[in-house]
Amino acid sequence: MSDNYFEIIRPGINTTFQDKGRDHLYHIGIPFSGAMDNRNYLIANKLVNNNLDSAIIEFAYQGPHLKYTGGKINFAITGDVIFTIKKDDTEIEGKCYESYQIENGNEINIISTSKSVYGYLALGGELDIKLQWNSCSINTKANIGSNDGKKLDTGQRVNLKKINSNKDIKKTSYINTKIENIRVIKGTNFDYFSEEGKKIFYEKEFIVSKLSDRMGMRLEGPKIENIINTNIKSEGLIKGVIQVPADGNPIIMLSDHGTVGGYPKIGAVVSADYDRLVQMAPGSKIKFKEINLSDAETLFKLYEMETQNLLSQI
Amino acid sequence: MIKNISNLGDTALYCDFGNEVNKSINSQVIKYFKTIKEKKVKGINNLTPSYNKLIISYDLKQTNFNEVKKNIENLNVETNLKLNTKRIEIPVCCHESLSLDVKRLEKILNLSRDKILENFLNKEYFCYMTGFIAGMPFLGDLDQNMRAQRLETPRVKVPKGSVGLTEQFANIYTFESPGGWNIFGNTPVKVFDSSLEDEPTLINPGDTVTFKEISLDQYKNYNE
Repeated sequence: MSDNYFEIIRPGINTTFQDKGRDHLYHIGIPFSGAMDNRNYLIANKLVNNNLDSAIIEFAYQGPHLKYTGGKINFAITGDVIFTIKKDDTEIEGKCYESYQIENGNEINIISTSKSVYGYLALGGELDIKLQWNSCSINTKANIGSNDGKKLDTGQRVNLKKINSNKDIKKTSYINTKIENIRVIKGTNFDYFSEEGKKIFYEKEFIVSKLSDRMGMRLEGPKIENIINTNIKSEGLIKGVIQVPADGNPIIMLSDHGTVGGYPKIGAVVSADYDRLVQMAPGSKIKFKEINLSDAETLFKLYEMETQNLLSQI
Repeated sequence: MIKNISNLGDTALYCDFGNEVNKSINSQVIKYFKTIKEKKVKGINNLTPSYNKLIISYDLKQTNFNEVKKNIENLNVETNLKLNTKRIEIPVCCHESLSLDVKRLEKILNLSRDKILENFLNKEYFCYMTGFIAGMPFLGDLDQNMRAQRLETPRVKVPKGSVGLTEQFANIYTFESPGGWNIFGNTPVKVFDSSLEDEPTLINPGDTVTFKEISLDQYKNYNE
């Protein structure tokens, strides 16, 4: 039993442990998983003096309400998140991208993400959780990862193995930019769609559906017409791939996606835009813009440089 | 052999081995998969073999499309590579309580339940791939007269262990999942076990699978 732990008073909607995810397992049907918004995951860890690949608490929409027992510890929250910190009888509103120190009996109440989906709670120390294939990342559909692959629940404890001795308070300014266009590369079945369908894909707006989760994002809007075949022989998928099933509504594969699929692929979201894509809440409008592979590779280099730059300023 | 290599998004190579689904093409895919897995090519972080495609995922922080493509093209793949495959017998119970779509199958195939069972058991299956959900094997080929389309409306929950049939393939649901295959039976065997990190999947691409019928009593009292 750990002396330092958080008790979950309210778990939130989909609260899980995540890290960088697990690789080399697609061939047996296991996706990468890992934190959905990688940049916010890394920043949160840096703010509490953790190793960048440390396990973290990810939440979607409503986050957890936690009560702490133990010695002094830092925490930080990243994303667009509304939360409060309760110390004795005073409750203050917290700010994202700042670390706070709390002590025995204090509470963190993560009320909701604002116009976004995912938020991150980093605790300054090492979580006492089991890894599976070298990663804690919980995949609730396959019940893989720490916590028996299940999301966090009321009454359970999040135990800390160790608290960081470095308790420097850190702060950074970062704005989660909202972009109008999500850039995509043409998919391997692009020619399965009618000229009108291809035009719709690049020129019309789509709305993020409520039926979106860590596995996939469903879109609603004008139907994309298929003129060849609405099924293909199942083949491998990667995150960001946009499949269009027979009903003509695109589905974007996200981090916990099924590893093979049999719907034609019209495109794939570029890596540089993935963090921003996953933060688009149901009801958001998406418009796709086509770019080529070499531009996508350049954009990723810029994204990486910007990420490293942000981290180095913390 | 790989007929064409293109890109899937900006983090994967899409290796096309052809359009047909047969053992010979699939064995080529598996040979490439095994060779690349052994060689540990720089930046490659995942491989997804399927019937006639191989998706090679890479870390864009370490490498890029042209570099991985060149590495794959220069790779020496032993086409006579002996695949180290297994023969596996899977016990299956086809009692009506577990054979959820038996009536539908009887109607579509125009065969009696006993005849479907006989055809199903008298066949050796080849594992083309595993995936979609963790450890799910895609087994083929069912005879022409055993091929049924998937359900018009997929089930929200297919029970764990369900053995499904669709078109020329049979599969096994390794855990409860949504799905549209015609469910004909259920196996008590753990086809996927995440606690066995080194070998979580019982059936792997290239393996040969046969099914053996067990009674409902044997199913309920099954002990691995």
